Amino acid sequence: MPDTLRPRHSFLVRVTHWIMTVSFLALLVSGLELVVSHPRFYWGETGSVNTPVLFKIPIASSRAKVPTGYGYVLPDQNGWSRYLHFQSAWVLVMTGLLYVAVGLLNGHFRRDLLPARPDVSPKRLAVSIGQHLRFERPGAEEAWSYNVLQRLAYLLVVFVLFPMIIWTGLAMSPSFVAAIPAAVNVLGGQQSARTLHFFLTGSLVLFLLVHVFMVFLAGFRNRMRAMVTGRTVEPLERV
Amino acid sequence: MIKLSRRKLIATGLAATAGATGFVVASKLAERYGLVPPDSGGIYGPGETLTYAAQRVLTRHSLAREFSPSQVSKTPFANEVDPLGEEFQRLQHGAFADWRLAVDGLVTRPASFSLAELKSFPRRSHITMIQCEEGWSYIAEWTGAPLSHILGLAGVLPKVRYVVYHSIQTDWWESIDMADALHPQTLLAYGMNGGELPIGFGGPLRMRVARQLGYKNVKYITRLTLTDNLKQFGKGLGSASPEGGYAWYAGI
Repeated sequence: MPDTLRPRHSFLVRVTHWIMTVSFLALLVSGLELVVSHPRFYWGETGSVNTPVLFKIPIASSRAKVPTGYGYVLPDQNGWSRYLHFQSAWVLVMTGLLYVAVGLLNGHFRRDLLPARPDVSPKRLAVSIGQHLRFERPGAEEAWSYNVLQRLAYLLVVFVLFPMIIWTGLAMSPSFVAAIPAAVNVLGGQQSARTLHFFLTGSLVLFLLVHVFMVFLAGFRNRMRAMVTGRTVEPLERV
Repeated sequence: MIKLSRRKLIATGLAATAGATGFVVASKLAERYGLVPPDSGGIYGPGETLTYAAQRVLTRHSLAREFSPSQVSKTPFANEVDPLGEEFQRLQHGAFADWRLAVDGLVTRPASFSLAELKSFPRRSHITMIQCEEGWSYIAEWTGAPLSHILGLAGVLPKVRYVVYHSIQTDWWESIDMADALHPQTLLAYGMNGGELPIGFGGPLRMRVARQLGYKNVKYITRLTLTDNLKQFGKGLGSASPEGGYAWYAGI
């Protein structure tokens, strides 16, 4: 197959990418909406308006009981936010499991995401970081492969951040932790799980912003086409 | 653009048929084994059904975490309470001596218990966490009569699937399935942290469902109704929560 016809992304990667994009955005919107009902965070097992906070977010709340200092109360959106949050979580988890299972079996992770050993030397990494900081556009060699920082970032998201955010989410479920108490105990308590869940959300949003910025830098139309149809234009052509 | 070979078409057709059949069989089985929540209609039905079914298959008998006395919250938050009506105030003036818990529906011996009678039943205490769906929480020691004991006294008919519970605040009514109703930690609580259950926390009588969120732990309970069908209550969604946009099952 000539290179120009070889897909940059396999069918499975493209489909799971967009299903997970939609479910992640649904989780993000509904999750932030849930934070509005109690924009206070704690560490340990318990916390409420009667206890000191670890930190609070300076926004108005959808509950009058929360002392925000704003003098008004936002409308309650928790009902649909909770329904949407958990339904999207199911979609994301099941799609993610399919992606990981197939990726492990067909060598996608080993071939496309695991960096070559020489590439993770401090020197090579420094070069790659420098290229990124200068916003250099990717060269021809990246038309069908990922650079080392990209590989490390994707591995971090797939195998650390997503498993952690799912775990901390489950650790907030009273029935789940009844069955598996260790899931919350090792995190230091249910409020710690909630706080970690929030920080993991922040990490994933940061990844999303950088990811989308990089897509623009590399050529939005070309990269978008690659993730929708799988095909990419000839490497040297600049969009 | 996309070329479909005949073989691919047949394979896709077979897979789709198998998928559809599998889905129908799965929903029938789920219905039969009580894995479908009453608010399973609508666009969020699939997610709710998956959550509830997964919990019932995997965690049906698990016990909520219990804590040590030193972990009891020093400053628990009672949450806001809607104004309590004249009837409540009348009962309060009589130190709740006339407070009754009625048990009716599909039982062999419909009954009505006073608080004194409830307190004479075998009591159980546990130090557990109550979590509000908003995100805050506290730990307290709850004391009460196990719901399973009260149901046993009234005589549960075999076809019963749910216990509906009503508050003196008529807007608040909830229901739980038998897995939670017969669960050893499910109490009709009248005590908290060694004393009487304060009114702000649901005194004189509160449903304590240890594995579900705060809103299933309805305050000021006056009546239990046992049923095999939640359709006949309110809008048929199982409880007041789905009518207000919240999930019926709150074990998440």
